[in-house]
Amino acid sequence: MNVRKYLVLAGVSVFAPVGDSLLSYGMKQVGNVSLHDLPDLLFAIANPWVGIGILLLLGFFASYMTALSWADLTYVLPASSLGYVLLAFIARFALHEKVSATRWLGIALVSGGVGFVTSGPELTRRPPQPQINRQPKAAEHS
Amino acid sequence: MHHASSNLNAWLAILAVVLASSAGDVLLSRAMKQIGDLGRLRAERGLSFLILLIIRNRYFLLGVCCMALAFYSLLFGLSWNDVSLIGPAAASLTFVANAVAAKIFLHERVDRRRWGAALLVAAGVVLMAL
Repeated sequence: MNVRKYLVLAGVSVFAPVGDSLLSYGMKQVGNVSLHDLPDLLFAIANPWVGIGILLLLGFFASYMTALSWADLTYVLPASSLGYVLLAFIARFALHEKVSATRWLGIALVSGGVGFVTSGPELTRRPPQPQINRQPKAAEHS
Repeated sequence: MHHASSNLNAWLAILAVVLASSAGDVLLSRAMKQIGDLGRLRAERGLSFLILLIIRNRYFLLGVCCMALAFYSLLFGLSWNDVSLIGPAAASLTFVANAVAAKIFLHERVDRRRWGAALLVAAGVVLMAL
């Protein structure tokens, strides 16, 4: 693991929760969508908050695919869940919201899971021969 | 009655998000492993070559379709219930579903450390939403 890889994981962590929150805010403005009017969901994109949320989720997608190109799925997912913790800290210290004891316990568990998985190797299986690179890198151990 | 149907729709959406996003994650992971390290490829062959390589990969295309399905299921769910239910429920169940799917379909070595991490994060996400 090097700085570039940690930055990619940070991108996955930050873009997803912030993008989801913006989508949630926008969808509350759009209102309930009934099962019979599913095409209405396509027009939800016109809401600016939904639009910005989608842009951030595109940033998430690019970082996520980059991370998956050199690490296992079962490494990337827990390792990038630090975003939930980040959101809780923003709620507590920037927005001065009350964070309950249960929520702090949840933060501790998520952080424990992140620490647990990032202390191990990011790749457990040699990838199949890539289409371009004829000499795939062997599994790296951090 | 309205509350019950609202809850049912929300949980149907959560189920759809979990299934579609796990399938999408597995397909994308397979596609990216097939292509190789994106950072190195971009440095060696350029961004446009890399984009062409990615969008021509069938696992990637299938994965994106699954992700789109998951995304619209999420939007549908969010229109029926709060993000504090939909987000954590879908996310925590997806962590567990992904660990199972990665073991079966990607043959990743999901050892005790990885199971532990997936379960800790899944439980933590639920607690944070309470």
